[in-house]
Amino acid sequence: MTERRRMLLQGNEAVVEGALAAGMRFFAGYPITPSTEIAERCALRLPQVGGRFIQMEDELAGIAAVIGASVVGVKAMTATSGPGFSLMQENIGYAALAEIPCVIVDVQRAGPSTGLPTSPSQGDYMQARWGTHGDHPVIVISPSSVQEAYIETIRSFNLSERLRVPVILLMDEIIGHLYEGIELPDADEVEILDRLTKDDPRQAELPYDIVPGELAPRMTPFGQGVFYNITGLIHDDRGFPTSSPEIADRQCRRIMKKIDLNSGQIGRYEELYMEDAGVCVVSFGGAARSAQAAVEAAHRDGYRVGFFRPVTVWPFPEEAFYEICGRVSDVIVAELNYGQMKLEAERIAAGRCRVRHIGKVDGTILGPEEIYKEIQEAAG
Amino acid sequence: MKQKQKRYEMCFTGSGGQGVILCSTILAEAAFLAGKMVAQSQSYGPQARGGLCRAELIIDEERIIYPKVTSAGFLLALTQASLDRLRIGMAEDALIIIDSSMHEPDDPGSCSVAALPILQTASETVGKIMTANIVAVGAVNALLGIAPDDLLEQAVLMRVPRGTEQVNLLALNEGRKMGAAAHSMIYP
Repeated sequence: MTERRRMLLQGNEAVVEGALAAGMRFFAGYPITPSTEIAERCALRLPQVGGRFIQMEDELAGIAAVIGASVVGVKAMTATSGPGFSLMQENIGYAALAEIPCVIVDVQRAGPSTGLPTSPSQGDYMQARWGTHGDHPVIVISPSSVQEAYIETIRSFNLSERLRVPVILLMDEIIGHLYEGIELPDADEVEILDRLTKDDPRQAELPYDIVPGELAPRMTPFGQGVFYNITGLIHDDRGFPTSSPEIADRQCRRIMKKIDLNSGQIGRYEELYMEDAGVCVVSFGGAARSAQAAVEAAHRDGYRVGFFRPVTVWPFPEEAFYEICGRVSDVIVAELNYGQMKLEAERIAAGRCRVRHIGKVDGTILGPEEIYKEIQEAAG
Repeated sequence: MKQKQKRYEMCFTGSGGQGVILCSTILAEAAFLAGKMVAQSQSYGPQARGGLCRAELIIDEERIIYPKVTSAGFLLALTQASLDRLRIGMAEDALIIIDSSMHEPDDPGSCSVAALPILQTASETVGKIMTANIVAVGAVNALLGIAPDDLLEQAVLMRVPRGTEQVNLLALNEGRKMGAAAHSMIYP
């Protein structure tokens, strides 16, 4: 057995290494703190593996180029932070409706507007789900360590390629700029999924004619001799615009069901000490490091407290959390925003347990002691 | 702060551009190469040069959950402004290393304070003020024994810009000598 490669990497750098392992060969973007290291490392690493890096004039162009690269069959990614993420929203909707796979990394910083450029925040939680207009499918994944940033970037590409949806990797300054040691798994230990195409060239000219039993279209990349249309308008099987209510209804429901019917495969979460817990602390991304430290300390001190960390934050791992809400007295949502994941927790709890909230918005990380205090209060 | 501890919580502060973040990253890399768990993070303002910046480094033999320093056992400060404005919890037996050009804190409490000529050594002995952070790397490791010398050297070579290896190894060696000389003063 060969010894696994160990490396000291920043979260942002691990995202790039994960993306390359997943097969990313194109990056376009516009550098912005605290995501800049992603663009920097892509500029260094992509040419080494025969890929392409382009620094675009702005974030609108960045995501547009990424969609273009994906249309010709290349796995593509962009990275940004709050202000740039706002600019990308229109084309995220385009990718969702036209069903173009792409990975968008948002390394969150304190907002709104240009906010606190170098400070941590999780204020884009709702925007990641509902930033672009209209009912649309999207998957949002939020890693809590440098190792997880690597693994979840690979998973983001796999989900995006197979389901043909934009996947947003919702990082934050804490994990993006944190240096930790990681182990890079060997190539044969990592599952890499590629998008599916149609073998029959005449069938391939109907890219949105879905193979029975499947939910995502098999689209042959542009440039391989198959002619069809791609548009942000509601479209028919050939990709041309239509205003047919039947087609509009079918299309909207199908793209939403890609997520709903695959929630088991998409959903990922971590639980700790939940077996006999009376109080459950819920947290994600960088904030979850503070929450876990608080839960471990309280658990050592004899409190019956557990920890629930969604890794996939949209769709929220609803089934597991619904069950928890039925058997604890209190849920404490700890996050670096004014109360965004709290709304999702309240929706699922539906009044069956008390939902407490710690939302920090001063541009600093939560201290474990702040969460510990709330655990003490909840435990009465 | 004692030598060869199981867990180190360290803080590094200075002016943007001095390289205190790189200093802590190299020590993190050396500890990582020596098989330790590390978590290194930094905070700085929006400006690229001249603002206050600080880095935090935790080295542990066990998994690090909360990645920030709560009680620093070691502090390195390279400018007066960064020391005066630093707000961080210090352990009772903390070791504070300041540059000789700075004033010693009025009330260091139970912490030990040592002033070392880091900036002067970089500019006069090594001949490049930019190497002050690598002088500091050598001095800190000589004082605390975080990693064996060969791994520290490897870490420096991994992290400094290409073409600057020789001058940085010279700086590392000067730092080591400085740290070794200060060692008997600090740990009598």
